[in-house]
Amino acid sequence: MEWETVIGLEIHTQLATQSKIFSGASTAYGAEPNTQACAVDLGLPGVLPVLNEDAVRKAVIFGMAIEAHIAPYSIFARKNYFYPDLPKGYQISQMDHPIVGNGHLDIEVDGVTKRIGITRAHLEEDAGKSLHENFHGLTGIDLNRAGTPLLEIVSEPEMSSAKEAVAYMRKLHELVRYLGICDGNMQEGSFRCDANVSVRPKGQKEFGTRAEIKNINSFKFVEKAINHEIERQIELIENGGKVVQETRLYDSAKDETRSMRSKEEANDYRYFPDPDLLPVIIDEEFKAHIKANLPELPHAKKLRFKTDYQLDDESATILTTSRALSDYFEAVHKASGCEPKLCANWITGDLSAALNKADLEITESPISHKRLAGLLARITDNTISGKIAKQVFEALWQSSASADEIIAEKGLKQITDTGAIEAIIDKIIADNPDQVEQYRSGKDKVFAFFVGQVMKEMKGKANPAEVNKILKDKLA
Amino acid sequence: MHTKSLSELSHGLQTGEFSSVELTQAFIKRINQHQDLNAYITVTEELALQNAKAADARIANKKADALTGIPVAQKDIFCTLDVKTTCGSRMLDNFSAPYNATVIEKFNQAGAVMLGKLNMDEFAMGSSNETSYYGAVKNPWNTNKVPGGSSGGSGVAVAARLAAYATGTDTGGSIRQPAALCGITGLKPTYGRVSRYGMIAYASSLDQGGPMTHSAEDAAIVLQTMAGFDPKDSTSVDLPVPDYSVNLNQPLKGLKIGLPKEFFSADLNAAMATKLSEAIDEYRKLGAEIKEVSMPNLKLAIPAYYVIAPAECSANLSRFDGVRFGHRCENPVDLTDLYTRSRGEGFGKEVKRRILMGTYALSTGYYDAYYLKAQKIRRLISDDFKRALTEVDVIMGPVTPTPAFGIGEKMSDPVEMYLSDIYTIAINLAGLPALSIPAGFINDMPIGLQVIGNYFTEAHLLNIAHQYQQVTDWHKQTPKGFE
Repeated sequence: MEWETVIGLEIHTQLATQSKIFSGASTAYGAEPNTQACAVDLGLPGVLPVLNEDAVRKAVIFGMAIEAHIAPYSIFARKNYFYPDLPKGYQISQMDHPIVGNGHLDIEVDGVTKRIGITRAHLEEDAGKSLHENFHGLTGIDLNRAGTPLLEIVSEPEMSSAKEAVAYMRKLHELVRYLGICDGNMQEGSFRCDANVSVRPKGQKEFGTRAEIKNINSFKFVEKAINHEIERQIELIENGGKVVQETRLYDSAKDETRSMRSKEEANDYRYFPDPDLLPVIIDEEFKAHIKANLPELPHAKKLRFKTDYQLDDESATILTTSRALSDYFEAVHKASGCEPKLCANWITGDLSAALNKADLEITESPISHKRLAGLLARITDNTISGKIAKQVFEALWQSSASADEIIAEKGLKQITDTGAIEAIIDKIIADNPDQVEQYRSGKDKVFAFFVGQVMKEMKGKANPAEVNKILKDKLA
Repeated sequence: MHTKSLSELSHGLQTGEFSSVELTQAFIKRINQHQDLNAYITVTEELALQNAKAADARIANKKADALTGIPVAQKDIFCTLDVKTTCGSRMLDNFSAPYNATVIEKFNQAGAVMLGKLNMDEFAMGSSNETSYYGAVKNPWNTNKVPGGSSGGSGVAVAARLAAYATGTDTGGSIRQPAALCGITGLKPTYGRVSRYGMIAYASSLDQGGPMTHSAEDAAIVLQTMAGFDPKDSTSVDLPVPDYSVNLNQPLKGLKIGLPKEFFSADLNAAMATKLSEAIDEYRKLGAEIKEVSMPNLKLAIPAYYVIAPAECSANLSRFDGVRFGHRCENPVDLTDLYTRSRGEGFGKEVKRRILMGTYALSTGYYDAYYLKAQKIRRLISDDFKRALTEVDVIMGPVTPTPAFGIGEKMSDPVEMYLSDIYTIAINLAGLPALSIPAGFINDMPIGLQVIGNYFTEAHLLNIAHQYQQVTDWHKQTPKGFE
């Protein structure tokens, strides 16, 4: 039997606000446990939530970026369940009236573009963390994360392979970072994924019974977990079993999913509108203001890079994967006035390689856009050759000096004085009569030998064009 | 000193007739003499004297406000920094808040002197103050009778003059009903007029704090301090606070009073009907016009309330789980044990009953039939009031079906107890302001007249109440032994 897979993803993105969604406490990651939890986050008696406008703004930015319906009226609801790291015994979330309605995201797999529907995105508060280690059989609770704003983005069940799911997740990851609404840090849990997976015989219309895999926090794990789950379900059905609707947890250490709870054990969350919060009214003015300040989206930027800068598809794609990278590229181009192609090559080549090696983001680059621009300008005006430029690049990485300072200090300025070059060439021709003979008898390849000798003698600083010209004249 | 009005007390303090310390000591002495009433859960004598000293200094510097140096007692539902806040529950017997409720903060800024925290029904759930973990409160008019609830301690503290005034909160009648049964004045403001921040939630969409005082004149002064927008409470309303005292003496000629026929049906106790009709007559004499109005959905108020309030409370009280604060059971073996025993031991019977009712009403399959239906009824009731209040300026009616009943009389019959609030609950569902003023006695027990107004018309309600109190002296009566 041939099988078909149906996948829908629920992605929780932590919104990059300064303070929490319903309190003034900081959202910064990594503080001492419970030092960033105020009375509201602790759910003390009598406290009340006050909605953070910035969380609403960021949700609307996202909605606009996926061309979704922005609800003019949305409400917060209480989702009731007991858990030690859920201080109030309910999570403030949205149920019937989410802030972001139907939208979509285009993904590309194996060169084919596919549009994935986004059902909704809603605002909610994150819970705290339960800590099970070092508490002598007890559980510790850290509420620093409690109240961090989340945007839960729910896709339509429109992905048909783990590959598509990963492509969707990557695209969404790229988008939220682009929009500046989420830092995308998956290790710190800023971007988390639950996957709903089901299989059905190829051609069947009805969906199969789905299992929800919780808590898959890397692109690699999403692919593995989904593929594993597909295999499990197919095997189960082919052996005469039945998939039960349940929640499964992915264990990355064992690379398997295991049952957490079945539908029968599922909580009745008893959602109802939170009486402590007023409905969120989003008017045209608020939307217009956000629209006017919406950053250029990755796809539009890629097209612009191809037309305006004449970049090839690959460079344009790489440079637009993150807003910081594309900003860096444009800043280098502007500051140097050099060919876009030259700028792109250096950024996607040497700089990216160095950053990768040092495990740094473009925003953490030791070479500022100004200093790289300084280097590229010297290549363009022939002060240094491309080869010397690599040396200067190394020095830029190590120090804080400008390209000009490095070139001056190390004496790397290219020699264009034909007199000096001629003198060296004369000496090399005199020292290598055999090779001169070979060249003159038609062995053109020997020419490279002469260039190499000259460059060696001149420590690479000779202008290659001048060297070529003089050599050709003298050897003729 | 303890019989004086707030303006007389303020005058006495500012002219040096007596000091805040002396006044505070006088009230503390009375509190100690009448401990048997069980009005207070916590008496903060040391703190009170300290604050009284500070108030005296402020008065000497001529920087006194209307309430500076005057002793107040707070319902134990308002969180007070470093002073125990129990909400009448074993669950919070060990709880001290690390912050002040906004209302407490406002009294502190006004230089009020807090004498202590007042007894109340557990988590404000009750109409007799008998559900308190700290025991029943006795009505000073007859100590075998209940004072009403849930602000029973507040009603008694004012009636027995164990504080110059008190605060209460009203979710379904919890200010007005004890005010009526204790013979004092109680005002439930418009929902959103007084901040709920730091006021432990029972039913968030209905809860509202307000003053409990000897007179409308006093209530105006106290509300002036309590009212106002609070950025910490999203449901508080950002409207300017008017001067509540300035129009107290406006004549009532031409005032249109509506009497809902549903309130004055054959079901109304005959003695109560007579007393209310006497009170209405006084208004007639003051120049008011009386008109019958009809609010057909009023009869649905109790069932709607007992879906909405428990539904909200079932979530509001989830935070009391033994994890971070409050009562925790001894040696829990696992998480479920921690939850079930901590909550089982910490909550009393009525609180459990309401959590169960609310949880049921919100459950899958019942939500539409109960919660949504109740919300629709709530809207119909609001519409009834809105319609009636286009025909008349205010609506009047009883506060309670009867005067105070006996301690223990209704505890075994929750429905009978719930019916004690039959005349007050609809007002909370509509979010309107209403007050209760003393309107006479039946068998030596006080009863109240309820005056209900349109949104944010507290000043007018106080004016209407004050005019009545100019021509009657029911509010000046003091229970025997508490003069």
